[in-house]
Amino acid sequence: MLKVDNINVYYGKIHALKDISLEVNSGEIVALIGANGAGKSTTLKTISGLLHSKTGSITFMDENISHTEAYKLVSKGIAHVPEGRHVFLQMSVLENLEMGAYTNGRNIKDNIQNVFERFPRLKHRKNQIAGTLSGGEQQMLAMGRALMSQPKLMMMDEPSMGLAPILVEQIFDIIRDLHKAGTTILLVEQNAEMALRIADRAYVLESGEIKLSGTGSELAKSDEIKKAYLGG
Amino acid sequence: MTFLSNLINGISLGSVYAIIALGYTMVYGIAKMLNFAHGDVIMVGAYASYCTMIYLGWHPLLSILFSIVVCTLLGVIIEAFAYKPLRRAGSLAVLITAIGVSYLLQNVALLIWGSTPKVFTSVVNFEPLSFFGGKLTITAESIVTVLACIVIMICLTLFTQKTKIGKAMRAVSEDKDAAELMGINVNTTISITFAVGSALAAVAGVLLCSSYPTLVPTTGSMPGIKAFTAAVFGGIGSIPGAMLGGILLGIIEIFSKSYISTSLSDAIVFAVLILVLLIKPTGILGKKITEKV
Ligand SMILES: Nc1ncnc2c1ncn2[C@@H]1O[C@H](COP(=O)(O)OP(=O)(O)OP(=O)(O)O)[C@@H](O)[C@H]1O
Ligand SMILES: [Mg+2]
Repeated sequence: MLKVDNINVYYGKIHALKDISLEVNSGEIVALIGANGAGKSTTLKTISGLLHSKTGSITFMDENISHTEAYKLVSKGIAHVPEGRHVFLQMSVLENLEMGAYTNGRNIKDNIQNVFERFPRLKHRKNQIAGTLSGGEQQMLAMGRALMSQPKLMMMDEPSMGLAPILVEQIFDIIRDLHKAGTTILLVEQNAEMALRIADRAYVLESGEIKLSGTGSELAKSDEIKKAYLGG
Repeated sequence: MTFLSNLINGISLGSVYAIIALGYTMVYGIAKMLNFAHGDVIMVGAYASYCTMIYLGWHPLLSILFSIVVCTLLGVIIEAFAYKPLRRAGSLAVLITAIGVSYLLQNVALLIWGSTPKVFTSVVNFEPLSFFGGKLTITAESIVTVLACIVIMICLTLFTQKTKIGKAMRAVSEDKDAAELMGINVNTTISITFAVGSALAAVAGVLLCSSYPTLVPTTGSMPGIKAFTAAVFGGIGSIPGAMLGGILLGIIEIFSKSYISTSLSDAIVFAVLILVLLIKPTGILGKKITEKV
Protein backbone atom coordinates (compact mmCIF):
# COMPACT_ATOMS: atom_id res chain seq x y z
CA MET A 1 0.00 0.00 0.00
CA LEU A 2 2.73 2.45 1.03
CA LYS A 3 6.30 2.18 -0.12
CA VAL A 4 8.98 4.59 1.04
CA ASP A 5 12.11 4.16 -0.99
CA ASN A 6 15.48 5.62 0.03
CA ILE A 7 14.27 9.06 1.03
CA ASN A 8 16.58 11.82 2.23
CA VAL A 9 15.04 14.73 4.05
CA TYR A 10 16.76 17.91 5.17
CA TYR A 11 15.91 20.82 7.43
CA GLY A 12 18.17 23.39 5.85
CA LYS A 13 21.58 21.81 6.33
CA ILE A 14 20.43 19.24 8.90
CA HIS A 15 20.20 15.84 7.28
CA ALA A 16 17.22 14.46 9.22
CA LEU A 17 16.41 11.29 7.27
CA LYS A 18 19.16 9.24 5.64
CA ASP A 19 18.11 6.74 2.97
CA ILE A 20 15.01 5.64 4.80
CA SER A 21 13.05 2.81 3.21
CA LEU A 22 9.98 1.20 4.64
CA GLU A 23 6.82 -0.50 3.55
CA VAL A 24 3.30 -0.79 4.88
CA ASN A 25 1.07 -3.46 3.44
CA SER A 26 -2.68 -3.26 3.30
CA GLY A 27 -4.25 -4.35 6.60
CA GLU A 28 -1.08 -4.13 8.69
CA ILE A 29 -0.18 -2.27 11.83
CA VAL A 30 3.38 -1.09 11.41
CA ALA A 31 5.21 0.58 14.27
CA LEU A 32 8.06 3.05 13.97
CA ILE A 33 10.04 3.37 17.17
CA GLY A 34 13.16 5.22 18.21
CA ALA A 35 14.60 7.71 20.65
CA ASN A 36 13.86 11.44 20.78
CA GLY A 37 15.11 13.17 17.68
CA ALA A 38 15.54 9.95 15.70
CA GLY A 39 13.39 11.26 12.87
CA LYS A 40 10.06 9.54 13.46
CA SER A 41 7.89 12.62 13.12
CA THR A 42 9.93 13.76 10.15
CA THR A 43 9.18 10.45 8.44
CA LEU A 44 5.44 10.84 8.94
CA LYS A 45 5.49 14.47 7.83
CA THR A 46 7.29 13.49 4.67
CA ILE A 47 4.76 10.77 3.88
CA SER A 48 1.83 13.10 4.48
CA GLY A 49 3.40 15.78 2.28
CA LEU A 50 4.11 18.45 4.89
CA LEU A 51 7.78 17.94 4.06
CA HIS A 52 9.31 16.71 0.84
CA SER A 53 12.30 14.48 0.34
CA LYS A 54 15.28 15.62 -1.69
CA THR A 55 15.91 12.20 -3.20
CA GLY A 56 14.10 8.88 -3.13
CA SER A 57 10.43 8.24 -3.69
CA ILE A 58 7.18 7.56 -1.88
CA THR A 59 4.51 5.44 -3.53
CA PHE A 60 0.97 5.12 -2.21
CA MET A 61 -1.50 2.74 -3.89
CA ASP A 62 0.80 2.52 -6.91
CA GLU A 63 0.97 6.28 -7.33
CA ASN A 64 4.12 8.31 -6.86
CA ILE A 65 3.27 10.92 -4.21
CA SER A 66 6.79 12.20 -3.53
CA HIS A 67 5.95 15.69 -4.72
CA THR A 68 2.24 15.81 -3.95
CA GLU A 69 1.12 18.57 -1.61
CA ALA A 70 -0.28 17.52 1.75
CA TYR A 71 -3.81 18.78 1.18
CA LYS A 72 -4.19 16.59 -1.91
CA LEU A 73 -3.22 13.42 -0.07
CA VAL A 74 -6.19 13.46 2.29
CA SER A 75 -8.66 12.58 -0.42
CA LYS A 76 -6.30 9.89 -1.68
CA GLY A 77 -6.74 8.14 1.67
CA ILE A 78 -3.87 9.21 3.94
CA ALA A 79 -4.69 10.65 7.36
CA HIS A 80 -2.01 11.93 9.73
CA VAL A 81 -2.70 12.46 13.43
CA PRO A 82 0.18 14.75 14.29
CA GLU A 83 2.37 14.69 17.37
CA GLY A 84 0.87 16.95 20.02
CA ARG A 85 -2.67 16.49 18.62
CA HIS A 86 -3.01 19.87 16.93
CA VAL A 87 -6.76 20.01 17.26
CA PHE A 88 -8.31 23.40 16.46
CA LEU A 89 -8.44 24.77 19.98
CA GLN A 90 -10.88 27.60 19.34
CA MET A 91 -13.36 25.43 17.50
CA SER A 92 -15.97 23.16 19.00
CA VAL A 93 -15.61 19.38 18.97
CA LEU A 94 -18.22 19.18 16.22
CA GLU A 95 -16.47 21.80 14.11
CA ASN A 96 -13.18 19.95 14.48
CA LEU A 97 -14.86 16.83 13.14
CA GLU A 98 -16.34 18.83 10.27
CA MET A 99 -12.84 20.02 9.38
CA GLY A 100 -11.75 16.40 9.30
CA ALA A 101 -14.47 15.82 6.71
CA TYR A 102 -13.34 18.77 4.59
CA THR A 103 -12.69 16.59 1.55
CA ASN A 104 -15.30 13.97 2.38
CA GLY A 105 -18.67 15.65 2.78
CA ARG A 106 -20.85 12.76 1.64
CA ASN A 107 -21.35 10.60 4.72
CA ILE A 108 -20.60 13.30 7.21
CA LYS A 109 -23.57 12.55 9.53
CA ASP A 110 -22.84 8.79 9.63
CA ASN A 111 -19.14 9.41 10.13
CA ILE A 112 -19.80 11.73 13.05
CA GLN A 113 -22.05 9.04 14.58
CA ASN A 114 -19.29 6.47 14.12
CA VAL A 115 -16.74 8.71 15.80
CA PHE A 116 -19.13 9.32 18.70
CA GLU A 117 -19.68 5.58 19.06
CA ARG A 118 -15.97 5.01 19.21
CA PHE A 119 -15.36 7.95 21.52
CA PRO A 120 -18.48 8.42 23.67
CA ARG A 121 -16.70 11.10 25.70
CA LEU A 122 -16.62 13.32 22.65
CA LYS A 123 -20.37 12.98 22.14
CA HIS A 124 -21.13 14.51 25.53
CA ARG A 125 -18.79 17.37 24.75
CA LYS A 126 -19.71 17.97 21.13
CA ASN A 127 -20.39 21.67 21.56
CA GLN A 128 -17.47 22.26 23.90
CA ILE A 129 -14.50 24.28 22.62
CA ALA A 130 -11.59 21.92 21.96
CA GLY A 131 -9.19 24.11 23.97
CA THR A 132 -11.10 23.23 27.12
CA LEU A 133 -10.87 19.45 26.65
CA SER A 134 -8.47 17.37 28.70
CA GLY A 135 -5.31 16.07 27.04
CA GLY A 136 -6.81 12.60 26.59
CA GLU A 137 -10.00 14.01 25.12
CA GLN A 138 -7.98 16.13 22.72
CA GLN A 139 -6.14 13.01 21.59
CA MET A 140 -9.45 11.25 20.99
CA LEU A 141 -10.66 14.27 19.04
CA ALA A 142 -7.51 14.29 16.92
CA MET A 143 -8.05 10.63 16.10
CA GLY A 144 -11.77 11.10 15.49
CA ARG A 145 -11.07 14.06 13.25
CA ALA A 146 -8.67 11.99 11.16
CA LEU A 147 -11.25 9.21 10.86
CA MET A 148 -13.74 11.63 9.30
CA SER A 149 -11.92 11.39 5.98
CA GLN A 150 -12.38 7.58 6.05
CA PRO A 151 -8.67 7.00 5.48
CA LYS A 152 -7.14 3.89 4.00
CA LEU A 153 -3.90 4.57 5.85
CA MET A 154 -3.93 6.21 9.24
CA MET A 155 -0.62 7.50 10.60
CA MET A 156 -0.45 8.33 14.29
CA ASP A 157 2.41 10.19 15.93
CA GLU A 158 2.77 9.30 19.62
CA PRO A 159 -0.92 9.04 20.46
CA SER A 160 -0.08 7.98 24.02
CA MET A 161 2.09 11.00 24.79
CA GLY A 162 1.37 12.54 28.17
CA LEU A 163 -1.57 10.29 28.97
CA ALA A 164 -2.25 8.36 32.17
CA PRO A 165 -1.64 4.58 31.88
CA ILE A 166 -5.34 3.76 31.82
CA LEU A 167 -5.91 6.16 28.95
CA VAL A 168 -2.93 4.74 27.09
CA GLU A 169 -4.58 1.31 27.31
CA GLN A 170 -7.79 2.82 25.96
CA ILE A 171 -6.03 4.49 23.05
CA PHE A 172 -4.29 1.24 22.13
CA ASP A 173 -7.61 -0.62 22.32
CA ILE A 174 -9.05 1.88 19.90
CA ILE A 175 -6.11 1.45 17.54
CA ARG A 176 -6.71 -2.31 17.63
CA ASP A 177 -10.39 -1.78 16.89
CA LEU A 178 -9.63 0.49 13.97
CA HIS A 179 -7.28 -2.11 12.62
CA LYS A 180 -9.92 -4.82 12.96
CA ALA A 181 -12.33 -2.60 11.06
CA GLY A 182 -9.90 -2.65 8.15
CA THR A 183 -7.78 0.48 8.53
CA THR A 184 -4.08 0.16 7.83
CA ILE A 185 -2.00 1.82 10.52
CA LEU A 186 1.45 3.33 10.74
CA LEU A 187 2.15 4.05 14.38
CA VAL A 188 4.97 6.12 15.84
CA GLU A 189 5.55 5.48 19.53
CA GLN A 190 7.97 6.16 22.35
CA ASN A 191 6.16 3.48 24.26
CA ALA A 192 8.03 0.71 22.43
CA GLU A 193 6.69 -2.11 24.55
CA MET A 194 3.04 -1.40 23.82
CA ALA A 195 3.74 -0.56 20.20
CA LEU A 196 5.60 -3.82 19.57
CA ARG A 197 2.80 -5.76 21.23
CA ILE A 198 0.16 -4.64 18.74
CA ALA A 199 2.33 -4.22 15.65
CA ASP A 200 2.56 -6.79 12.87
CA ARG A 201 5.93 -5.36 11.94
CA ALA A 202 8.15 -2.61 13.21
CA TYR A 203 11.08 -0.44 12.21
CA VAL A 204 13.62 1.01 14.60
CA LEU A 205 14.91 4.44 13.71
CA GLU A 206 18.17 5.84 15.07
CA SER A 207 19.69 9.20 14.13
CA GLY A 208 17.75 9.34 10.89
CA GLU A 209 18.54 5.80 9.79
CA ILE A 210 16.63 2.53 9.93
CA LYS A 211 18.59 0.46 12.40
CA LEU A 212 16.45 -2.69 12.60
CA SER A 213 13.24 -4.09 11.28
CA GLY A 214 11.20 -7.23 11.80
CA THR A 215 7.94 -8.54 13.14
CA GLY A 216 6.71 -7.06 16.39
CA SER A 217 7.41 -10.18 18.42
CA GLU A 218 10.88 -10.67 16.92
CA LEU A 219 11.90 -7.16 17.83
CA ALA A 220 10.37 -7.41 21.29
CA LYS A 221 12.67 -10.37 21.95
CA SER A 222 15.80 -8.80 20.46
CA ASP A 223 18.49 -7.98 23.02
CA GLU A 224 19.36 -4.73 21.35
CA ILE A 225 15.79 -3.49 21.59
CA LYS A 226 15.44 -4.71 25.16
CA LYS A 227 18.48 -2.77 26.20
CA ALA A 228 17.71 0.44 24.34
CA TYR A 229 13.94 0.77 24.56
CA LEU A 230 12.41 -1.72 26.94
CA GLY A 231 14.48 -1.01 30.04
CA GLY A 232 16.74 -4.08 29.97
CA MET B 1 -26.40 68.53 21.47
CA THR B 2 -22.78 68.85 20.36
CA PHE B 3 -22.08 65.80 22.50
CA LEU B 4 -24.62 63.76 20.57
CA SER B 5 -23.42 65.00 17.22
CA ASN B 6 -19.81 64.28 18.18
CA LEU B 7 -20.80 60.81 19.26
CA ILE B 8 -22.50 60.16 15.94
CA ASN B 9 -19.53 61.50 13.97
CA GLY B 10 -17.25 59.37 16.10
CA ILE B 11 -19.25 56.22 15.45
CA SER B 12 -19.35 56.99 11.76
CA LEU B 13 -15.60 57.60 11.46
CA GLY B 14 -15.06 54.57 13.70
CA SER B 15 -17.17 52.47 11.37
CA VAL B 16 -14.76 53.25 8.53
CA TYR B 17 -11.83 52.33 10.76
CA ALA B 18 -13.65 49.16 11.72
CA ILE B 19 -14.17 48.09 8.10
CA ILE B 20 -10.48 48.69 7.37
CA ALA B 21 -9.46 46.99 10.60
CA LEU B 22 -11.41 43.89 9.61
CA GLY B 23 -9.13 43.53 6.60
CA TYR B 24 -6.03 43.93 8.76
CA THR B 25 -7.22 41.50 11.35
CA MET B 26 -8.35 38.78 8.94
CA VAL B 27 -5.08 38.88 7.04
CA TYR B 28 -3.10 38.93 10.27
CA GLY B 29 -5.13 36.06 11.67
CA ILE B 30 -4.46 33.90 8.66
CA ALA B 31 -1.10 34.88 7.26
CA LYS B 32 0.33 36.13 10.60
CA MET B 33 1.57 39.22 8.80
CA LEU B 34 0.82 42.93 8.96
CA ASN B 35 -0.18 44.02 5.51
CA PHE B 36 0.89 47.65 5.70
CA ALA B 37 -0.19 48.13 2.09
CA HIS B 38 -3.80 47.62 3.16
CA GLY B 39 -4.34 51.36 3.68
CA ASP B 40 -3.12 52.08 0.17
CA VAL B 41 -5.55 49.58 -1.31
CA ILE B 42 -8.23 51.88 0.13
CA MET B 43 -6.76 54.78 -1.78
CA VAL B 44 -6.73 52.80 -5.03
CA GLY B 45 -10.34 51.84 -4.42
CA ALA B 46 -11.31 55.47 -3.91
CA TYR B 47 -9.55 56.53 -7.14
CA ALA B 48 -11.22 53.70 -9.05
CA SER B 49 -14.60 54.86 -7.88
CA TYR B 50 -13.73 58.53 -8.48
CA CYS B 51 -12.56 57.99 -12.05
CA THR B 52 -15.52 55.91 -13.14
CA MET B 53 -17.97 58.41 -11.64
CA ILE B 54 -16.30 61.58 -12.92
CA TYR B 55 -14.77 60.57 -16.25
CA LEU B 56 -17.19 57.87 -17.31
CA GLY B 57 -20.26 59.21 -15.57
CA TRP B 58 -21.08 55.86 -13.95
CA HIS B 59 -23.79 55.52 -11.35
CA PRO B 60 -22.26 55.59 -7.83
CA LEU B 61 -23.37 52.04 -7.08
CA LEU B 62 -21.76 50.77 -10.25
CA SER B 63 -18.57 52.67 -9.42
CA ILE B 64 -18.52 51.05 -5.97
CA LEU B 65 -18.86 47.61 -7.53
CA PHE B 66 -16.04 48.44 -9.94
CA SER B 67 -13.88 49.63 -7.07
CA ILE B 68 -14.56 46.38 -5.18
CA VAL B 69 -13.49 44.34 -8.20
CA VAL B 70 -10.32 46.41 -8.66
CA CYS B 71 -9.32 46.13 -5.00
CA THR B 72 -10.09 42.42 -4.79
CA LEU B 73 -7.84 41.75 -7.77
CA LEU B 74 -5.19 44.10 -6.40
CA GLY B 75 -5.20 42.33 -3.04
CA VAL B 76 -4.87 38.89 -4.62
CA ILE B 77 -2.10 40.09 -6.95
CA ILE B 78 -0.14 41.72 -4.11
CA GLU B 79 -0.40 38.53 -2.11
CA ALA B 80 0.66 36.31 -5.00
CA PHE B 81 3.65 38.37 -6.10
CA ALA B 82 4.92 40.04 -2.95
CA TYR B 83 3.96 37.85 -0.01
CA LYS B 84 3.53 34.28 -1.24
CA PRO B 85 7.22 33.90 -2.18
CA LEU B 86 8.05 34.90 1.41
CA ARG B 87 5.76 32.38 3.08
CA ARG B 88 8.66 30.65 4.82
CA ALA B 89 10.79 33.76 5.29
CA GLY B 90 11.18 35.68 8.54
CA SER B 91 8.48 38.12 9.63
CA LEU B 92 10.86 41.05 9.27
CA ALA B 93 11.35 40.36 5.56
CA VAL B 94 7.58 40.26 5.09
CA LEU B 95 7.09 43.48 7.02
CA ILE B 96 9.67 45.33 4.93
CA THR B 97 8.07 43.99 1.75
CA ALA B 98 4.67 45.23 2.91
CA ILE B 99 6.07 48.70 3.52
CA GLY B 100 7.65 48.53 0.06
CA VAL B 101 4.33 47.61 -1.55
CA SER B 102 2.69 50.49 0.31
CA TYR B 103 5.14 53.02 -1.16
CA LEU B 104 4.90 51.40 -4.57
CA LEU B 105 1.12 51.88 -4.63
CA GLN B 106 1.41 55.49 -3.44
CA ASN B 107 4.00 56.32 -6.07
CA VAL B 108 2.13 54.67 -8.89
CA ALA B 109 -0.95 56.63 -7.84
CA LEU B 110 1.18 59.79 -7.85
CA LEU B 111 2.30 59.01 -11.39
CA ILE B 112 -1.21 58.39 -12.64
CA TRP B 113 -3.24 60.99 -10.76
CA GLY B 114 -0.63 63.54 -9.64
CA SER B 115 -0.42 65.21 -6.27
CA THR B 116 -3.27 67.70 -6.77
CA PRO B 117 -6.13 66.61 -4.54
CA LYS B 118 -9.24 65.33 -6.29
CA VAL B 119 -12.54 66.33 -4.80
CA PHE B 120 -14.48 63.14 -4.30
CA THR B 121 -18.20 63.38 -4.93
CA SER B 122 -20.15 61.59 -2.27
CA VAL B 123 -21.75 58.35 -3.39
CA VAL B 124 -24.65 59.08 -1.06
CA ASN B 125 -27.14 61.59 -2.35
CA PHE B 126 -29.81 61.84 0.30
CA GLU B 127 -30.53 64.93 2.36
CA PRO B 128 -29.11 65.08 5.89
CA LEU B 129 -31.56 64.21 8.64
CA SER B 130 -32.48 66.97 11.01
CA PHE B 131 -33.63 66.53 14.61
CA PHE B 132 -34.73 68.77 17.47
CA GLY B 133 -35.71 71.60 15.16
CA GLY B 134 -32.38 71.66 13.35
CA LYS B 135 -30.21 71.51 16.48
CA LEU B 136 -28.87 68.11 15.48
CA THR B 137 -28.13 67.10 11.91
CA ILE B 138 -26.92 63.71 10.89
CA THR B 139 -25.45 63.45 7.43
CA ALA B 140 -26.67 60.73 5.13
CA GLU B 141 -23.03 59.63 4.79
CA SER B 142 -22.85 58.90 8.51
CA ILE B 143 -25.98 56.81 8.40
CA VAL B 144 -24.90 54.85 5.33
CA THR B 145 -21.42 54.27 6.79
CA VAL B 146 -22.73 52.93 10.07
CA LEU B 147 -25.30 50.74 8.32
CA ALA B 148 -22.67 49.40 5.92
CA CYS B 149 -20.46 48.58 8.86
CA ILE B 150 -23.24 46.69 10.65
CA VAL B 151 -24.17 44.73 7.52
CA ILE B 152 -20.53 43.84 6.85
CA MET B 153 -20.06 42.71 10.44
CA ILE B 154 -23.10 40.43 10.29
CA CYS B 155 -22.17 38.97 6.90
CA LEU B 156 -18.58 38.37 7.93
CA THR B 157 -19.59 36.68 11.17
CA LEU B 158 -21.99 34.38 9.33
CA PHE B 159 -19.35 33.73 6.70
CA THR B 160 -16.66 32.66 9.16
CA GLN B 161 -19.00 30.74 11.46
CA LYS B 162 -21.26 28.98 9.00
CA THR B 163 -19.65 28.52 5.59
CA LYS B 164 -17.15 25.87 4.66
CA ILE B 165 -14.61 28.38 3.36
CA GLY B 166 -15.09 30.55 6.43
CA LYS B 167 -14.45 27.61 8.73
CA ALA B 168 -11.41 26.67 6.67
CA MET B 169 -10.12 30.22 7.22
CA ARG B 170 -10.47 29.82 10.97
CA ALA B 171 -8.71 26.47 10.79
CA VAL B 172 -5.82 27.95 8.79
CA SER B 173 -5.54 30.90 11.14
CA GLU B 174 -5.21 28.53 14.09
CA ASP B 175 -2.87 25.94 12.71
CA LYS B 176 -1.65 25.87 9.12
CA ASP B 177 -0.14 22.40 9.17
CA ALA B 178 -3.17 20.84 10.83
CA ALA B 179 -5.43 22.60 8.32
CA GLU B 180 -3.33 21.23 5.47
CA LEU B 181 -3.68 17.74 6.97
CA MET B 182 -7.47 18.16 6.81
CA GLY B 183 -7.19 18.61 3.04
CA ILE B 184 -7.50 22.40 3.11
CA ASN B 185 -5.49 24.20 0.46
CA VAL B 186 -3.78 26.75 2.68
CA ASN B 187 -2.48 28.94 -0.16
CA THR B 188 -5.91 29.29 -1.72
CA THR B 189 -7.43 30.08 1.65
CA ILE B 190 -4.88 32.84 2.20
CA SER B 191 -5.65 34.30 -1.25
CA ILE B 192 -9.37 34.29 -0.47
CA THR B 193 -8.69 36.14 2.77
CA PHE B 194 -6.74 38.82 0.92
CA ALA B 195 -9.60 39.06 -1.58
CA VAL B 196 -12.21 39.55 1.15
CA GLY B 197 -10.06 42.03 3.09
CA SER B 198 -9.35 44.07 -0.03
CA ALA B 199 -12.99 44.10 -1.10
CA LEU B 200 -13.76 45.58 2.31
CA ALA B 201 -10.99 48.13 1.78
CA ALA B 202 -12.75 49.30 -1.39
CA VAL B 203 -15.97 49.88 0.52
CA ALA B 204 -14.06 51.67 3.26
CA GLY B 205 -12.30 53.89 0.71
CA VAL B 206 -15.52 55.00 -0.93
CA LEU B 207 -17.23 55.66 2.41
CA LEU B 208 -14.23 57.49 3.82
CA CYS B 209 -13.95 59.80 0.82
CA SER B 210 -17.70 60.40 0.80
CA SER B 211 -17.40 61.90 4.28
CA TYR B 212 -13.92 63.41 3.88
CA PRO B 213 -13.75 64.24 0.17
CA THR B 214 -10.07 65.11 -0.35
CA LEU B 215 -8.44 62.37 -2.37
CA VAL B 216 -4.65 62.27 -2.72
CA PRO B 217 -2.21 59.34 -3.14
CA THR B 218 -1.56 59.29 0.62
CA THR B 219 -5.24 59.32 1.54
CA GLY B 220 -5.16 55.74 2.71
CA SER B 221 -2.06 55.78 4.83
CA MET B 222 -3.23 57.54 8.02
CA PRO B 223 -6.61 55.75 8.16
CA GLY B 224 -4.69 52.55 7.46
CA ILE B 225 -2.39 53.09 10.43
CA LYS B 226 -5.32 54.04 12.64
CA ALA B 227 -7.29 51.00 11.56
CA PHE B 228 -4.26 48.86 12.34
CA THR B 229 -4.21 50.51 15.75
CA ALA B 230 -7.91 49.74 16.08
CA ALA B 231 -7.30 46.09 15.22
CA VAL B 232 -4.57 45.81 17.88
CA PHE B 233 -6.71 47.77 20.32
CA GLY B 234 -9.61 45.34 19.94
CA GLY B 235 -7.37 42.27 19.87
CA ILE B 236 -5.63 41.46 16.60
CA GLY B 237 -7.04 38.40 14.87
CA SER B 238 -10.49 38.92 16.38
CA ILE B 239 -13.33 40.08 14.12
CA PRO B 240 -15.56 41.56 16.85
CA GLY B 241 -12.37 43.04 18.30
CA ALA B 242 -11.65 44.92 15.09
CA MET B 243 -15.18 46.22 15.08
CA LEU B 244 -15.11 47.37 18.68
CA GLY B 245 -11.59 48.78 18.36
CA GLY B 246 -12.50 50.74 15.24
CA ILE B 247 -15.59 52.32 16.71
CA LEU B 248 -13.90 53.18 20.03
CA LEU B 249 -11.00 54.70 18.15
CA GLY B 250 -13.31 56.85 16.02
CA ILE B 251 -15.14 58.08 19.10
CA ILE B 252 -11.92 58.84 20.98
CA GLU B 253 -10.54 60.71 17.98
CA ILE B 254 -13.60 62.90 17.43
CA PHE B 255 -13.99 63.64 21.13
CA SER B 256 -10.38 64.63 21.60
CA LYS B 257 -10.60 66.81 18.50
CA SER B 258 -13.60 68.63 19.78
CA TYR B 259 -12.92 68.82 23.54
CA ILE B 260 -9.13 68.77 23.83
CA SER B 261 -7.17 69.75 20.76
CA THR B 262 -7.29 69.07 17.05
CA SER B 263 -3.55 68.82 16.71
CA LEU B 264 -3.20 66.47 19.68
CA SER B 265 -6.01 64.12 18.72
CA ASP B 266 -3.76 61.58 16.99
CA ALA B 267 -1.34 61.58 19.90
CA ILE B 268 -4.23 60.94 22.27
CA VAL B 269 -5.50 58.06 20.13
CA PHE B 270 -2.11 56.35 20.26
CA ALA B 271 -1.67 57.09 23.97
CA VAL B 272 -4.93 55.26 24.64
CA LEU B 273 -3.67 52.33 22.57
CA ILE B 274 -0.49 52.13 24.62
CA LEU B 275 -2.46 52.30 27.85
CA VAL B 276 -4.78 49.48 26.77
CA LEU B 277 -1.87 47.31 25.71
CA LEU B 278 -0.11 47.90 29.02
CA ILE B 279 -3.17 46.73 30.92
CA LYS B 280 -4.21 43.97 28.50
CA PRO B 281 -1.42 43.06 26.05
CA THR B 282 -3.75 40.98 23.87
CA GLY B 283 -6.14 43.90 23.28
CA ILE B 284 -9.70 44.22 24.53
CA LEU B 285 -11.12 41.03 23.02
CA GLY B 286 -7.87 39.23 22.25
CA LYS B 287 -7.42 35.84 23.81
CA LYS B 288 -4.84 33.19 24.08
CA ILE B 289 -5.65 29.52 24.46
CA THR B 290 -2.75 27.19 24.93
CA GLU B 291 -2.39 23.61 23.88
CA LYS B 292 -2.66 21.01 26.62
CA VAL B 293 0.26 18.66 26.94
N1 LIG C 1 11.69 22.30 11.97
C1 LIG C 1 12.91 21.78 12.18
N2 LIG C 1 14.01 22.49 11.90
C2 LIG C 1 15.25 21.97 12.09
N3 LIG C 1 15.49 20.76 12.58
C3 LIG C 1 14.42 20.00 12.88
C4 LIG C 1 13.07 20.47 12.71
N4 LIG C 1 12.24 19.49 13.10
C5 LIG C 1 13.02 18.47 13.51
N5 LIG C 1 14.32 18.76 13.37
C6 LIG C 1 15.45 17.88 13.70
O1 LIG C 1 15.32 16.68 12.97
C7 LIG C 1 15.61 15.56 13.78
C8 LIG C 1 14.45 14.59 13.79
O2 LIG C 1 13.33 15.19 14.43
P1 LIG C 1 11.93 14.47 14.62
O3 LIG C 1 10.97 15.46 15.14
O4 LIG C 1 11.59 13.74 13.38
O5 LIG C 1 12.28 13.41 15.77
P2 LIG C 1 11.34 12.37 16.50
O6 LIG C 1 11.93 11.04 16.27
O7 LIG C 1 9.94 12.57 16.12
O8 LIG C 1 11.55 12.76 18.02
P3 LIG C 1 10.52 12.79 19.26
O9 LIG C 1 10.41 11.41 19.75
O10 LIG C 1 11.18 13.67 20.25
O11 LIG C 1 9.23 13.34 18.74
C9 LIG C 1 15.96 16.10 15.15
O12 LIG C 1 17.36 16.14 15.26
C10 LIG C 1 15.40 17.49 15.16
O13 LIG C 1 16.20 18.35 15.93
MG1 LIG D 1 8.29 13.21 17.06
